[in-house]
Amino acid sequence: MSIKYRKNLLICNGSSCQEASNFDLVAFTNTKLKEYGLDDDIQAVQSVCFNKCSIGPNMVVYPDNIEYSTITKDDIDDIIIEHLLNGRIVERLVYDDVNKISGSNKKQYRIALRNCGFIDPEAIEDYIEKDGYDALAKCLTAFTPEEVVQQIIKSGLRGRGGGGFPTGVKWDITSKSVAEQKYVVCNADEGDPGAFMDRSILEGDPHSVIEAMAICGYCIGANKGIVYIRAEYPLAIKRLKIALEQAKEYGLLGSQIFGTNFEFTIDIKYGAGAFVCGEETALIHSMEGLRGEPTLKPPYPSVSGYLEQPTNVNNVETLANIPAIINKGAAWFASIGTEKSKGTKVFALAGKINNVGLIEVPMGTTLREVIYDIGGGIVDGKKFKAAQTGGPSGGCLTEKHLDLPLDFDSLTAAGSMMGSGGMIVMDEDDCMVAMAKFYLEFTVEESCGKCAPCRIGNKRLYEMLTKICDDNGTPEDLDLMRNLSVVVKDTSLCGLGQTSPNPILSTMTNFYDEYHAHVVDHKCPSGQCTSFLKYYIDTENCIGCLVCARNCPVNAIFGEKKKLHIINREICIKCGICMEKCKFDAIYLK
Amino acid sequence: MGIIKSVADLKSLRSSIQEANQKAIIENNNVKPIEINVAMATCGIASGAKEIIDFLIQELPKRNIVAKIKKTGCMGYCYAEPTLEITKPNEKPMVFGYVDLKKADEIIEKYIKLGALVDGVIPINYELAT
Repeated sequence: MSIKYRKNLLICNGSSCQEASNFDLVAFTNTKLKEYGLDDDIQAVQSVCFNKCSIGPNMVVYPDNIEYSTITKDDIDDIIIEHLLNGRIVERLVYDDVNKISGSNKKQYRIALRNCGFIDPEAIEDYIEKDGYDALAKCLTAFTPEEVVQQIIKSGLRGRGGGGFPTGVKWDITSKSVAEQKYVVCNADEGDPGAFMDRSILEGDPHSVIEAMAICGYCIGANKGIVYIRAEYPLAIKRLKIALEQAKEYGLLGSQIFGTNFEFTIDIKYGAGAFVCGEETALIHSMEGLRGEPTLKPPYPSVSGYLEQPTNVNNVETLANIPAIINKGAAWFASIGTEKSKGTKVFALAGKINNVGLIEVPMGTTLREVIYDIGGGIVDGKKFKAAQTGGPSGGCLTEKHLDLPLDFDSLTAAGSMMGSGGMIVMDEDDCMVAMAKFYLEFTVEESCGKCAPCRIGNKRLYEMLTKICDDNGTPEDLDLMRNLSVVVKDTSLCGLGQTSPNPILSTMTNFYDEYHAHVVDHKCPSGQCTSFLKYYIDTENCIGCLVCARNCPVNAIFGEKKKLHIINREICIKCGICMEKCKFDAIYLK
Repeated sequence: MGIIKSVADLKSLRSSIQEANQKAIIENNNVKPIEINVAMATCGIASGAKEIIDFLIQELPKRNIVAKIKKTGCMGYCYAEPTLEITKPNEKPMVFGYVDLKKADEIIEKYIKLGALVDGVIPINYELAT
């Protein structure tokens, strides 16, 4: 194979770099290369954002891996003459200490996602090649169950499903419960809107979850594992099934695993996609074939869970961390992250962010790093307004939280929560009242209906928000809503109701002025709530054809032929027919 | 009981997998085959990754390119799906985003054959815990 091109110049085409350079740097560079007669073996191409926006426009000379920053049109000649022709690096354009300016671009550290995207999830050989099942082998042959539990406790791993309960402690409690039969349950009922961490892990690396479940079984003395997964994840189910078959075939599940007396099998149970079934007691009832309703804890599943036997329920991401902890040691894991939150967290970035995607960062990474350095900033260069973490149970983080290190405790202190890792980013065009309404609509639909505060309280909260968004709200509604939110929080049976008013409370704390504008000024500052918009007639465009007046179903438009028409807003029902019918673009919304 | 009955079995299975990889290199005139990973989680497939992998499987042998094509899970670049990660022998992996059939063809002709990058390169921004 002939390698024709000696070098490639990768030029960032992120919106920030493009704005900074303000012209087509790629085309310009290619023209320049041609001028120097280099276009036969060197070319410039666009690259996705390097995440070093603050020092853009950026360029990387590949394969030399030299990065040039804040380049201008005039620098291109220098780069060509010095670097490409003479082989000398243009030092003045190199930012050695990038960390001081915008941080390294390697902000991400993949533990749970270590194999996702690198191995074939349907080939156990791929997983085994990457040290797969070593951790299980090590646990079964070199450690006692207590020793493994101690390692997990020492690692500081906390549940990634939302609660943040120390995983090792949970294992310890379940292992000490005395019973004939115990169970390991993998909670793959991922329900937060906009979250897809667990699905990606199961679709990309199912064996790591299987291996971790077996390790957990060994620790707590269970020989049965169950994956509770929602039926809406057909590909994850398919890959998990293939992985289970392969593990069985290879003798990694079944009896006498690694020649020891340990036996372990895994079954799959399908969920119908109810949000509340992510709550462990509801999940267990659903697995038993009962209604997916939560019950009061205690007793905790660790003591009495599935079929009233001790059951250890762990989230997919939590489990995916286990083999890495066993292989690399508890001390290694504990060295990553913050004081009370160890390791990394997978986030699903969604919303108004450039690089929508799945990321994994060490605990303690700041919101700013996640949004700007990894996420590539806000779409169209708009202003960041808020990020919702923890889904419908969480709260919003605002501009003042941008430098907040993300971990379990700091997020709780900021009035939000870690949750399972969904992060929805909002910009200046998003209305926070409408956002709260969206989440309440979700909770109302997902409430199981067992306890009154959640079933009725959330419904009333949703109605109040609808009233406010429809321009019918009063200042009294705000007080009422805050009080009811607190009541629902305090009196609901399970986590769903206890957290469902969080989006209201946190937006009321951080964006009270928006609520105020809705009920007092009768305005939606972001313009998202269409009820606040009014129809106007453009004095220049209106020719007085009477079409709008004739089509108005409530006769709210007055006017004479060839004279400017007027809308009576007292009568107008904002149906929009006039705007649709007008052929002269003379009616607009504002 | 299955194939793996002891820790030694696991180790020997791993080395036989590594040997098979080594054999593929020898068979390819001592050059490591190009490795192509296609991100095929639900999202990747929905954006058209299946078409791309079929195209590669069909086209690469026709164009006399020996490559190890693998479907993988999510690489995390949802905004740029479908994505490919190409590792040429003795080079760093390169990730290409926004791949459609036209771009896949361009990648074969330009990057794989000539070493010229194409628009839509995604800089790798993570470290792996391996």
